[in-house]
Amino acid sequence: MGKIKKKYEAGAATQYISRKQACRKLQLSLADFRRLCILKGIYPHEPVHKKRVNKGSTTNKTFYFLKDIQFLLHEPVINKFREYKIYVRRLKKAEARLEKGIANHIRENKPTYRIDHIVRERYPNFIDAVRDLDDALCMCFLFATLPKSGRLHIQTIDLCRKLTVEFMHYVIATRSLRKVFVSIKGFYFQAEVMSQPVTWIIPHSFPHNHPTDVDFRVMSTFTEFYTAMLGFVLYKLYQTQNLHYPPRIPLLSNVNVTLNDDNKKRKRKEEIQSLCDENEKSLEVVASLNMPLAQFQDANDQEEDAAADEEVQDLLKEGLTETQEEDQKKSEDEIKQRKLFEGCKMFLSREVPREAMVFIIRSFGGEVSWDITAGLGSTFSIDDEKITHQIVDRPMNEKPYISRYYVQPQWIFDSVNAKMQLPVKGYLPGDVLPPHLSPFVNEENGAYVPPERQKVIALQRGEDPGINADEDELSEEDESEEEQEEEDGEGDEENVEENIDEENESPVVAITPGKKDVDRKLNPDQIAAEEKRLAVMMIPKKQRRLYEKIKYGERRKKREAEQLTQKRKAIDDEKKATRKKEKRRKRAA
Amino acid sequence: MKAKKRQFLEENTSLSLNQESLFPSKGKLDVDDEDSSDESVVESSDEEVLEKETEAKSAQTIEKPYSSDVDDDVSDDEDLRNTVGNIPMEWYENFPHIGYDLDGRTISKPIRNQDELDKFLDKMENKNYWRTVHDKQTGRDHVLTSEELQLIQRLKKGSFYTSGIDPHEPYVDFFTHEKMIHPVTNIPEHKRSFTPSIIEKRKVGKLVHAIKMGWLKPRKPKTDESEEPKFYDLWEETESKTPTNSELARQKMAIPAPKTQLPGHEASYNPPPEYLPSQEEIDKWKEDDEDERKLDFIPEKFDSLRQVPQYPTFIQERFSRCLDLYLCPRQRKMKVMVNPEELIPNLPKPKDLQPFPTFQALCYKGHKAMVRTISVDSTGQWLASGSDDGIIRVWEVATSRCLREITTLGDQPVKCVSWCPNKSVCLLAVALENKIVIINPSIGDKLIYSATDSLLQSFQPLADEETTNKQESEKSNAVIPPWKTVETGLPYQDGQRLVITHPKDVSKVTWHAKGDYLACVVPGNGHAQVFLHQLTKQRSQTPFTKCKGAVQSVLFHPTRPFLFVATQQYVRVYNLVKQQLTKKLMANSKWISSLAIHPGGDNLLVGSYDCRLSWFDMDLSTKPYKTMRYHKRAIRSCCYHPKYPLFASGGDDGNVVVSHGMVYSDLMQNPLIVPVKVLKGHKVERNLGVLDCCFHPHQPWIFSSAADKTIRLFT
Repeated sequence: MGKIKKKYEAGAATQYISRKQACRKLQLSLADFRRLCILKGIYPHEPVHKKRVNKGSTTNKTFYFLKDIQFLLHEPVINKFREYKIYVRRLKKAEARLEKGIANHIRENKPTYRIDHIVRERYPNFIDAVRDLDDALCMCFLFATLPKSGRLHIQTIDLCRKLTVEFMHYVIATRSLRKVFVSIKGFYFQAEVMSQPVTWIIPHSFPHNHPTDVDFRVMSTFTEFYTAMLGFVLYKLYQTQNLHYPPRIPLLSNVNVTLNDDNKKRKRKEEIQSLCDENEKSLEVVASLNMPLAQFQDANDQEEDAAADEEVQDLLKEGLTETQEEDQKKSEDEIKQRKLFEGCKMFLSREVPREAMVFIIRSFGGEVSWDITAGLGSTFSIDDEKITHQIVDRPMNEKPYISRYYVQPQWIFDSVNAKMQLPVKGYLPGDVLPPHLSPFVNEENGAYVPPERQKVIALQRGEDPGINADEDELSEEDESEEEQEEEDGEGDEENVEENIDEENESPVVAITPGKKDVDRKLNPDQIAAEEKRLAVMMIPKKQRRLYEKIKYGERRKKREAEQLTQKRKAIDDEKKATRKKEKRRKRAA
Repeated sequence: MKAKKRQFLEENTSLSLNQESLFPSKGKLDVDDEDSSDESVVESSDEEVLEKETEAKSAQTIEKPYSSDVDDDVSDDEDLRNTVGNIPMEWYENFPHIGYDLDGRTISKPIRNQDELDKFLDKMENKNYWRTVHDKQTGRDHVLTSEELQLIQRLKKGSFYTSGIDPHEPYVDFFTHEKMIHPVTNIPEHKRSFTPSIIEKRKVGKLVHAIKMGWLKPRKPKTDESEEPKFYDLWEETESKTPTNSELARQKMAIPAPKTQLPGHEASYNPPPEYLPSQEEIDKWKEDDEDERKLDFIPEKFDSLRQVPQYPTFIQERFSRCLDLYLCPRQRKMKVMVNPEELIPNLPKPKDLQPFPTFQALCYKGHKAMVRTISVDSTGQWLASGSDDGIIRVWEVATSRCLREITTLGDQPVKCVSWCPNKSVCLLAVALENKIVIINPSIGDKLIYSATDSLLQSFQPLADEETTNKQESEKSNAVIPPWKTVETGLPYQDGQRLVITHPKDVSKVTWHAKGDYLACVVPGNGHAQVFLHQLTKQRSQTPFTKCKGAVQSVLFHPTRPFLFVATQQYVRVYNLVKQQLTKKLMANSKWISSLAIHPGGDNLLVGSYDCRLSWFDMDLSTKPYKTMRYHKRAIRSCCYHPKYPLFASGGDDGNVVVSHGMVYSDLMQNPLIVPVKVLKGHKVERNLGVLDCCFHPHQPWIFSSAADKTIRLFT
């Protein structure tokens, strides 16, 4: 007789380990375990048979792979965690004994650790790290805006700020920004880094209200990892672009030379200079995003770039197959988009969110400046005659310069998403802005496309739907409709009379040819539909579920789109009606 | 220097003297304090006087030591000193004495018999009244001297007790840094002041040892750089290094976190108006649980960018993303990217599979109850139908005219009608109640139906057969149903010829292909649920001594001596010659409703009440070759076309589904099944739709009867 097999000594029960067990195995507190998991990127797994894994119990537990935990056992950071624990204990003791010297000595020997090897381990290839950049960027951009109030390490916040600025510089230098979107949550940006889409969100530039239901320890552990990762990624990215890392501005003095126009300004400049020291100032100038970065070999690279561009162009011309042609068209569009604001000189008013706007404009080749008192880094003043656009977010009546367009900031965002400079009409200060649409929506498969988007698509194709012509059209239509109505009114009376005449005549008894009960000839559409229905009946059971699911999804999408179109139609009709009424009232007056 | 020091010493001594002289007066001062309330008035009024006096006497006090005065007082009062201590003097109120002197003798109370008038007079006359205080301990009045008054004044002011002290005297540096010739003390130094400390030595020794052993390290120089992380090219060696197997496994197992969903138009700060929710939607959003909400925010519209505020839960959202990243179990899910059109099987087009019935051609109206059963005769000219009110009608197919109406069967529902497949006879088998009635409807060719009558009349029962019948019945313990010939009367005129009575209600009757044998189902009759009747010999038998389950339907094989018996879940195939079970087909359904056999005899159609229509290829397997779910409701009947490759099923959803079912003579090729037409037209009444359907024997036509009291012909 064989040995009696005991339960839960093989199979799934041995492959998983609960969180508590894992903590005991690693000899870590729960907080340290959490930190370790965050740094190492270990996440729990849901077993297929939870009860079997839980050894017959049904209590709710979190399970990790045993192999994952065994992998954690060899992590050198664990020892650092233990050292840190001892450090805290010693420091507390010394402080409680009022032994200042000893406490200082302990503080000086605070254990530190580096997580380079973890970054390397989690992202064995550079491209893996780029792919996982979304969360890192979002987190760093958030931390960069948090107040330095002592709740978080000031160094972390500074580092986050530095890294985000560096990333934005990289995007500007490579002109890789693709999509922008202003949502109520913040500014969304999508860039193409190493041909990977990277999306991040920047909160609106107002202070946050400090939440009580958020564990900042978790957040800062994540940030700890993300800053390290982002730093290494940036280093590599800068390297690929032949840029200095940390970024350098080639001629810092140039910034000021342009400003030395008149004495007043110089005075102002001196004041600013006196406010911060040289180091801080350079950081600020870098953070203003308004200066190109220093490269290792400037001239050569530019030439190379130009040559490369030409090559690309040549290659594009040679397009062979259809797919290649498509690709070619795409890349052509891209190149076009990159030069969207080239030759534009924009001036930002004070009320415009500066950083986001500078970032966008510069990423598409535009020149940008702002009032010198609003911040460091402005390159030209408001009275520059060559300014083509001034971004204003405030109703203004008089426009002192005829030579430039005054537009609202949404024009920039919409232009970027449309991949072309949209007509300025509709975006002028004081105008009711057209809706701002998300560039991230997939418009395939019968999804709802708002009419504004359709107009933009038409514009892109080169047609001229007349973005704001609709109002004129509407008015014309209104007039014609009114006229028609009037005519109809006259006609109606005649018709009524005729009807009355007809009714007065006595009914004639007659035999009319009967109709067939069933119209035997079906049109081809009906036949096709019936054929399809019959074929659907023959789908095997296994696939029928799938088919029905897909069809259900399609129907739901269709219904939603239908709802939106209906709603839009109702709104438009209402608008039209009110406009008509106003017009009539005016006419009456 | 010396002079200074001396002066200090002198002053110090005088100070001490003063202090000594002051202390005895302390007791008195206490007394004064007690009476100070009386004096406060005095003081305020006579302040000027007091000041003058003090001024006058200030010179005196300096010349005349103050102490001597005090000393006098002390000597005066010495014999009167009370020894009771600091107690409330009220305790001595009732005694003649007020305490004891140092020798222990009583101190008698001084005689004071001043009444209020005396007091008043005293107050008016006595010059020193304002400075007189009553000492409770001695019981006497005491006139304060001007010095005492001054002292009180000073103490009240909070200044020094005497005016002679200057609080801001120039500082005298006694213990100067300059070395003096003479030591301050003359004590010789202790030994431990010049011998090295053993404890310290031990401590130093320990430190030295710790340094030697490397336990104690010198402090690191402070560096600013250490705080800032330095970045370098982390992935420099990745290309050259080949990952180990465990690393590869880890990479393979890792599931990257899914990216966050990107915002749609509704998240815009200025969304199109159709994305803005109405007030109802907002209320609903607020009421809903967080998990149920489709969006995690309410879309809002702002007229310009500068009006957009900070998103209130921005940090929370990021935090919840963090939680998702490290707390959520991850799972790989395969997403099916399939075009739904690809799932539809590629079948031949129905157009190419014609002929099949496509439209309703005729409607046979006349029945007053639901038509449960229909049957077409072998010539295809006549259609018999039986309804729930016990009436059988025979219709001409081509004109939809009712030629015969047989009403003499009672008013019980007709369960089944069936034409005899033999073309040389004109007979109709009808199942109702517990009997099977053989009817000659006398329709069509007169030769045939008269020949049929004569054939039935020519029957001569044989005696021995009867006995064998009886024997068999005894053997099988079953009641052999008696045959009764109808010879005269209304029933005969109505066409009734033979009546076979069964112990229980008959639900189904079918003919053998040759038209001699009849099989019928009598459910609920124990083991004898199936009866076989032979028309020519007018003989019955129960083929089964045992019966498993409730029999739903029976069917003869068209060519071979097989009998199909359908119970609720199985179809059993019996070889009637060998008298054994040859096959048991599993229908994979809960309740079989109907059976139909392909004219070839190798394929079987089974309809069931759980909406399934199963096609059995009996050479292939005992399980269905194909199960079709054409109907949304229960299937009531199914049938094969005798000539064309067609089959049909009718169900409670009121539809008749006609399908192309081609059986190839090549055994390797499976039958081709293509639904070709869904025939609609019947109404659903009381949840019942099509109850029976059958094909025309040589046209691609189908008849169907339904609960809406009509029969329809589709051509």
